[in-house]
Amino acid sequence: MSQIPEELRYATSHEWVRMEDDGNVYVGISDHAQDSLGDLVFVEPPEVGDEISTGDECGVVESVKAASDIYAPMSGEVIAVNENLEDSPELVNQDPYGDGWIYQLKPANKAEWDELLSADDYATTLEDDED
Amino acid sequence: MGNRTPLYDAHLAAGGKMVDFSGWDMPIHYGSQLDEHHAVRRNAGVFDVSHMTVVDIQGEQATDYMRRLLANDVANVEAGQALYTAMLNEDGGVIDDLIVYKRDNGYRVVVNCATREKDLAWMEEQTSGFDVVVREHPDLAMLAVQGPEARGRLADLLPSAVAQHASTLKPFTFCEGAGWTVARTGYTGEDGLELILPGEQAPDFWQALLDAGVEPVGLGARDTLRLEAGLNLYGNDMDATITPLEANMGWTVAWTEGRDFIGRAALERRREEDHPVLRGLVLESKGVLRPHQRVITDQGEGETTSGTFSPTLGQAIALARLPAGVTGEVEVEIRNKRLPARVVKPPFVRNGKTVYKYL
Repeated sequence: MSQIPEELRYATSHEWVRMEDDGNVYVGISDHAQDSLGDLVFVEPPEVGDEISTGDECGVVESVKAASDIYAPMSGEVIAVNENLEDSPELVNQDPYGDGWIYQLKPANKAEWDELLSADDYATTLEDDED
Repeated sequence: MGNRTPLYDAHLAAGGKMVDFSGWDMPIHYGSQLDEHHAVRRNAGVFDVSHMTVVDIQGEQATDYMRRLLANDVANVEAGQALYTAMLNEDGGVIDDLIVYKRDNGYRVVVNCATREKDLAWMEEQTSGFDVVVREHPDLAMLAVQGPEARGRLADLLPSAVAQHASTLKPFTFCEGAGWTVARTGYTGEDGLELILPGEQAPDFWQALLDAGVEPVGLGARDTLRLEAGLNLYGNDMDATITPLEANMGWTVAWTEGRDFIGRAALERRREEDHPVLRGLVLESKGVLRPHQRVITDQGEGETTSGTFSPTLGQAIALARLPAGVTGEVEVEIRNKRLPARVVKPPFVRNGKTVYKYL
């Protein structure tokens, strides 16, 4: 059973979002997503300064077996990317909700946070996928 | 639910992540494809390849039939030897690639599972005019035990009818006994054995291998290992529209004078024409090569046919069909970016070592 931390919000496309006190958010892919992909060998994050809109393809994670797009869970400006992933993409497998974060976003519209899935709702979508 | 090999329950017990593979429920990995890949390069791993199709050919004219059916020539090897070959259509296109085991009395071949129906129909059709019987053996299991430690770990586990002989096998030879075929062949670029055995004996033998420290390895690592070894995958690197000459398989075509194998006339014509060739690529920047990426060269465009991240090299590699004569630097288009790559002569890795040469 995959980990789904309570304090995060989720997109149906398997990204997670963590809201910081300053109103900026961290974005990564869920434990379920990294487990489905298998060993990651390459992460292509968006670029700092990119303006992205909810649902945009804004990066790629590649495992040995397959490439998978990552989608913007919220609109905003990319203000940082996790540079450790360039040499250590396996951090996403090892710690998807911590050291494996992919980029940081300054949200354009904080109301979008409320439209994301809660941990319980995300767990339900995963169960539905398995049926 | 797909077809299941005799080891289906054993895969689940080992934590196998099962996926559909040409109609079979097969393990893609047992936790980490990378760890499994390294286990085969450094120690020993076992693959369940029972989904592959084993076919025996027997009869008075079995040799005449095989010399007509296959692009390589079974007359060039002796009983106890294995031969890699293509089976061609009249246009010289590859219907399948296969291993032939030449016996004292007939032949055993192993063909791909994805092409099973097509292969069997074609082989049956070609029996016309030959005193020969083609028979599939779906009751058999097949395991590949591969890696530098593979033969050592296996030594005490084989049935006594084959154990002694198996320990002295040279590469590309095999022995048989007690319903087992034990061959020193493989699809990884490492030493090891491939074993065909009665399906009902497979679960106990599998468990004995795991108990001896052989790691279970899924089909994911099988693909990265074979690609590092520069070995083709049917359906990716060649198919019925591609001749062996365009698939780095020219060495498997035996041009024995007077032997009229299927596809020969077409191949002789193709040989005289300009045609693309299959080469290796090593990506010189970060990223991952995949099948069907565009390759831009100073002599025209090509396309990757297989591509992956090479766990051994730590960079991306591919096989690519390129205009003949392309060497040096090329560019590969990945998501609308052009990344630099070098043309190389495969294999990329053999016996744990980097061996590719720049072209």
